[in-house]
Amino acid sequence: MVRVDGGRADGALIQLRGVDKTYVRGGEELHVLQGLNLDVNQGEFVAFMGPSGSGKSTLLNLLGGLDKPSDGSIIVAGEDITELSLSELTEWRARHVGFVFQMYNLIPVLTAFQNVELPLLLTRLSRAERRRHVEAALDLVGLADRMQHYPAQLSGGQEQRVGIARAIVADPTFLLCDEPTGDLDRKSADEIMDLILRLSREQGKTVLMVTHDPLAADRADVVLHLEKGVLVGAPTVGGVR
Amino acid sequence: MKHLALLRANLFRKKLRTALTLGSFAVALFLFGILAVVRGAFQQGVDVAGVDRLIIINKVAIIQPLPLSYKARIEQIPGVQDVTFANWFGGYYQDERNFFANFAVDVDSYLRVYSEFVVPDDQWAAFLEDRQGCVIGEGLAERFGWKVGDRIPLTGTIFPGTWEFNVRAIYKGKRLQDDVNSMFFHWNYLEERREYTKGMVGWYTLRIENPDDAVRVAQTIDATFANSPYETKAETEKAFAAGWVKQMGNIEFLILSIGTVVFFTLLLVTGNTMAIAVRERVRELAVLKAVGYGDTTVLLLVLAESLVIAGIGGGFGIVLAKLFTMRGDPTGGLLPFFYLGERTMVAGFVFALAVGALSGLIPAVTAMRLRVVDALRRV
Repeated sequence: MVRVDGGRADGALIQLRGVDKTYVRGGEELHVLQGLNLDVNQGEFVAFMGPSGSGKSTLLNLLGGLDKPSDGSIIVAGEDITELSLSELTEWRARHVGFVFQMYNLIPVLTAFQNVELPLLLTRLSRAERRRHVEAALDLVGLADRMQHYPAQLSGGQEQRVGIARAIVADPTFLLCDEPTGDLDRKSADEIMDLILRLSREQGKTVLMVTHDPLAADRADVVLHLEKGVLVGAPTVGGVR
Repeated sequence: MKHLALLRANLFRKKLRTALTLGSFAVALFLFGILAVVRGAFQQGVDVAGVDRLIIINKVAIIQPLPLSYKARIEQIPGVQDVTFANWFGGYYQDERNFFANFAVDVDSYLRVYSEFVVPDDQWAAFLEDRQGCVIGEGLAERFGWKVGDRIPLTGTIFPGTWEFNVRAIYKGKRLQDDVNSMFFHWNYLEERREYTKGMVGWYTLRIENPDDAVRVAQTIDATFANSPYETKAETEKAFAAGWVKQMGNIEFLILSIGTVVFFTLLLVTGNTMAIAVRERVRELAVLKAVGYGDTTVLLLVLAESLVIAGIGGGFGIVLAKLFTMRGDPTGGLLPFFYLGERTMVAGFVFALAVGALSGLIPAVTAMRLRVVDALRRV
């Protein structure tokens, strides 16, 4: 189970120890994250909630290796990613992280198939193997019949499904979802959350999700609350603190 | 090659913009090709000049004649293998705009010295038999539709009156770049009819035994006729041709100036296009980086786009220039060597790629340096 007290959780997939993130803006220091401790086990689905500016996105950026902490360590599957160079981090992301963005961020001139295939182009897989993986991912998100559609020909929910397929196609260690339902209507949002939950439950994917949507957060195993850069209160588990 | 689909998709993302940029390259490279041809046309006389040939003109000016009697004396100078002479005739056909080069030549020696001109034996024999006969280049024959047996009247500009000639032979050049747009005829025909400067020739051309001996032979010739009423100026054919080009003005500088302006304009146009393309795709590039595309891969993707545009546009332009020049000299005789060579085409293509690489470099580096976190924050 998720721990936020900094106590050692044996075998945790993701471990944050004393993570600080400080920005300097106009000569002034902004402490966005302060002394964060967190342990997430393999297969857990964790949601982060909090008001704007609380540091949720910064935390996600650090977990995804898109940014480096000012202090502290982030250990994923036994590897301290704060020790990696920027180019090593890029390679690490390709192997370990699947990103799901709020705005889907699909490349509009590529088909659904080609968008999902993008992370696989960095691997040594053959064309046939890539095709097999892409078809499996799109099938998993229920878009096997939309492979040759361009993003503009898909609904918002379908675009997000393609985004999820792209995130899982290379079989990453964990998924990072940044407001995955933020741009969707309720029905589509529920479908997307069903899908993410299924990935967690059936595929055993570790999911870390930032959201403002309490209904989406309720689907997670654990909800953590961030305020002014610190995790506050006890984790909510299944809607109960 | 894995990223071909992405590259192709990006190229066709803004079809009009890509087409216009391709067009810029095509126009620029077309212009490059034509400028190179014009430069080559002026320079060609220098390039094809025989290394073993000297030209002797009157020291005062080329329009001043030299005595025919010099021929025998020149032949005696050690190192001289053969001597021929010619006069500029300056006639035109029907209209002054129908300008082409025409000479009165010493038919006994001319082809021995200018061995690059090939005339069929039977036609040459017929030419020797006919005092009014003339030999025309195949380019000239094509230009005016002349053929062997035709009778052509030329109006003299230096030697007044109408001069009738019979086309007895058509010559070809051994090399592609040889001049096949000239006409030559019997010097004796000119000598008989002209009323002044009799016994005088325009210039001598001589073949020497050893090209390395050119300077010594030229100095000996000039020394031989020093302090005479007709002093000479002997120089290699190459130097003579270069001097002739120089008289036309600094063609090289003019062409270089135009080429430089074209280069920088193209650089700015393409650089701007690529910069806009990258700016529009900041978020997509950030996503690529987020999913694991390295800085170098992103740099190469942008550069490749720029290079493909440059290669296709530039290639199209240079091929267009080639097609244009295949119609021959558009000036009607002023630029007889109107030819775009393969080496120039390759140079043009490489030039286009270089411009493509240079113009894509800054946008590509911008894309490479993009911070994912900052880029994803922008909307």
